[in-house]
Amino acid sequence: MNFPAELKYTQTHEWVKMLDDTTALVGISDFAQDELGDLVFINLPVVGDSVAQGAALCDVESVKAVSDVISPVTGEVAEINEALLDAPETLNQDPYGAWIAKVSNITGTEELMDAAAYESFTKEA
Amino acid sequence: MEKKTPLYPIHEALGGKIVSFGGYLMPVQYPSGVIAEHMAVRERAGLFDVSHMAELTLEGPGALEYLQYLVTADLSKMTDGQVKYAMLCNEDGGIVDDLVICRRGEGRYLLVVNAGNHEKDAAWVESHLFGDVQYRDISDEVGQLALQGPASAAILRKLCAAEDIPEKYYHFTDNATLHLKDRDITALISQTGYTGEFGYEIYCKAADTADLWNTLLDAGKDEGLIPCGLGARDTLRLEASMPLYGHELTDEISPKEAGLPCKLDGKNFLGRDAILARGTPSIRRVGLKAVGRGILREHCDIYDKAGKQIGHTTSGTYCPYLGESVAMGYLDIGEIEEGKPLEVDIRGRRVDAVLIPLPFYKIQR
Repeated sequence: MNFPAELKYTQTHEWVKMLDDTTALVGISDFAQDELGDLVFINLPVVGDSVAQGAALCDVESVKAVSDVISPVTGEVAEINEALLDAPETLNQDPYGAWIAKVSNITGTEELMDAAAYESFTKEA
Repeated sequence: MEKKTPLYPIHEALGGKIVSFGGYLMPVQYPSGVIAEHMAVRERAGLFDVSHMAELTLEGPGALEYLQYLVTADLSKMTDGQVKYAMLCNEDGGIVDDLVICRRGEGRYLLVVNAGNHEKDAAWVESHLFGDVQYRDISDEVGQLALQGPASAAILRKLCAAEDIPEKYYHFTDNATLHLKDRDITALISQTGYTGEFGYEIYCKAADTADLWNTLLDAGKDEGLIPCGLGARDTLRLEASMPLYGHELTDEISPKEAGLPCKLDGKNFLGRDAILARGTPSIRRVGLKAVGRGILREHCDIYDKAGKQIGHTTSGTYCPYLGESVAMGYLDIGEIEEGKPLEVDIRGRRVDAVLIPLPFYKIQR
């Protein structure tokens, strides 16, 4: 199970990479993709959408179930990773490379954990 | 407090992801994942623990007469070793459960019912009893495995003589001898299943289930047999358009609406008058597939192209073998037309779909 040290993590198993003070990339963690199983579909957010920390950014689907990806930040969707539309399995194969959205104009952030704290958190889960 | 089948420690040891289903803790998938497990059954073979299913027996000179009253199918021409699919109906003509019935001998029947309806069905069968018939719930004494896929026969032959294996679909052999690693056991082997694939369901003594599972997995190595969980069991049965109680079948749906056979003339059974009184069904079970981007799920409203709601889905998923999303549901009968373009509301988003014939997938038998 991978927990890259340079990223931050949420209790709902998303990772965040701050590109600068008000811009971040968001994805799902290795723990998340393992829990979700084979992902067969992603409903990406729309560029320009406002997102709020703690609320759904978008959802992903395994064969069995739909799961919300919770936005760790409040801001605006600036870019989406369209390559995931035809290859949702990339989220399983490369969860930290397969960013879902770039959020800009960030005005708020959830409490985030560093890699070590997140790894402990997943062990208690 | 959920129950466990005799294989629970094995599922844990194999890395099964355990979920609660029908009052039991069961593996929804193993590390291989739902897609690989689904494809294994279609291409090679898969092994399922289905010990959570419930087994009831009815024995005695009055068993046939009682069963004829209790279920929708005509059992009068059954021979020893034959299996029949049927339903229990209530006084309003709705479905209490679907089940299979094995005739083990004259006046000796084994009923296999859904795990989630175990208590309901046991109470139902017991409370309506009449005549010279003994009822028993033997579920705790029985373990059940399903071996499904084109390679099943070759695998089973490694444990079992050809004459102990049923040759015809919906038939079974009783007291078959299976050679396990260090002993022989006896089991009932039926050529039935819930995957739409060729295969067997094996009923053994509960205490023998673990050894049988291990022996089969070992015997099936060359054929690529893998353990499969309830996730794949659901995608397989939906791909084969087999109904699931609580989804396509409920106590409000009649067999006619579900498009399932029932013997309305020639015998009186519990619920028959109500089914007849309902007249021509106003809704009917249908199949549809997604044309646009999206995965159809259960409880989605179905609209025609003019925006009128004409039905709802009861099951839906992405089917790995077909490579597309399909669903079953109920449509107003006047709207049913193969190829009809539809829109399905998936969590607030309208996705294009089309009505297609059932079954979505079927093998040649």
